[in-house]
Amino acid sequence: MPKIKLPTKSPHIDMTPMVDLFSVVLTFLMLTATMRPTEPAPIDTPASISEKKTPDANIMTLVLSKDDRVFLNFDNGPDTILRFRNKVLALMGSRYNIEFTPAELTKFEKYSASLGVPILKMKEFLAIKDPKQMAAFQSGIPIDSTDNQLAMWILFTRQVNPNVQACIKGDTKTGYPIVKKVFKILQDYKVKQFNLITSLEATKINIAEIQK
Amino acid sequence: MAEIIQEEKGGGKKKAKKHAPHIDMTPMVDLMCLLITFFMLTSALSKPKIMQIILPDAQKSNEPAPRFLTSRTLNVVLGPDNKIYTYAGSVKPEEYNNLPPLTETNYSATGIRQTLLDKNRTLAKKIADFKEQVLTGKIVLSPDSVLSSIAKLKKVDDTGPLVLIKAYKGSNYGNMVDILDEMNICGIALYMLVDITWYEEKMVETAAGITSTAKAAPAK
Repeated sequence: MPKIKLPTKSPHIDMTPMVDLFSVVLTFLMLTATMRPTEPAPIDTPASISEKKTPDANIMTLVLSKDDRVFLNFDNGPDTILRFRNKVLALMGSRYNIEFTPAELTKFEKYSASLGVPILKMKEFLAIKDPKQMAAFQSGIPIDSTDNQLAMWILFTRQVNPNVQACIKGDTKTGYPIVKKVFKILQDYKVKQFNLITSLEATKINIAEIQK
Repeated sequence: MAEIIQEEKGGGKKKAKKHAPHIDMTPMVDLMCLLITFFMLTSALSKPKIMQIILPDAQKSNEPAPRFLTSRTLNVVLGPDNKIYTYAGSVKPEEYNNLPPLTETNYSATGIRQTLLDKNRTLAKKIADFKEQVLTGKIVLSPDSVLSSIAKLKKVDDTGPLVLIKAYKGSNYGNMVDILDEMNICGIALYMLVDITWYEEKMVETAAGITSTAKAAPAK
């Protein structure tokens, strides 16, 4: 029998539709990805079985680092046009007799990492150009009963944005006394319901263990 | 899109190309695959989870402290060095000089979880059965009503313990989240975070072998 000769042709797959699809997906993912600012203190959150996700907006995060500093972060509200960060800083300024210029307010609005700057140093902090120098100012927000700036921040944030939810992001090694103090402040300012930010760790108990 | 089609110029002098030039797109596809995987993973895994807790109203000093049934009370004291100390019931004033011993345990699955499950067997079994029925499809409910049904089971329960969580000053935030998490895992219906008392501090210090820093008994 004669051999059937197949024409030798390199198999070419047209990848154009695949590339098209990939570029669409890539563009989407890149646009939706949020830039995460560098945090002033590294936080290693404890694990829990809770599967609830952090809400996207209307959150006020109290960060407790393991060296007992307290930081605060809050967002601009569901829409950046609301400019809640601006308003809160202006209120803080009027409480502590500091006049912030519009440029300073805008700079504060843009600064999206957690904040641990005492209000009296805020003007200096906002004047810094080099981000590397910012760390020196992050000494933590004072929470003593004589100078409770954290309470004022909480109060004004809730005044400006009544829908704000408090979240606590603590390091596993943060000492309990500081946690208790922050809980007390929240309780005093009528924030009774709040969230602890944790990482997910699935645990299941088996029924056999219970029936034993 | 990626194929470039050359238009033939008129004249017919040049020999027309039969095939459009093909660009090898494999490296581009490779790179895109990598980028997509990276973005998908970072966006999906970056969202942290939250655990909701509700604190009671700040207690006013002129109100009497709420009373509990001591037979159902289990005191969980979070000690230093990731240890947990438990004791049942309460300490009466006449026992202040002779404090009851504490049971030492830890945060592992065989430690505090076993203790809590022992006490909370009936309720934990009810919750586990209910979850099983939902999983196997015997009961079809939306996730929200599953949660509210579990909450209802917890509310009507009168067999489980009332857990009082007290944190000694040497404990940390991770310990607190762990113990609250254990409450959720074991389905404890009633638990609350309370301030540690001076005699409990003393008990922990005796059990852990720390030189006492606790304040003495308040003057009578």
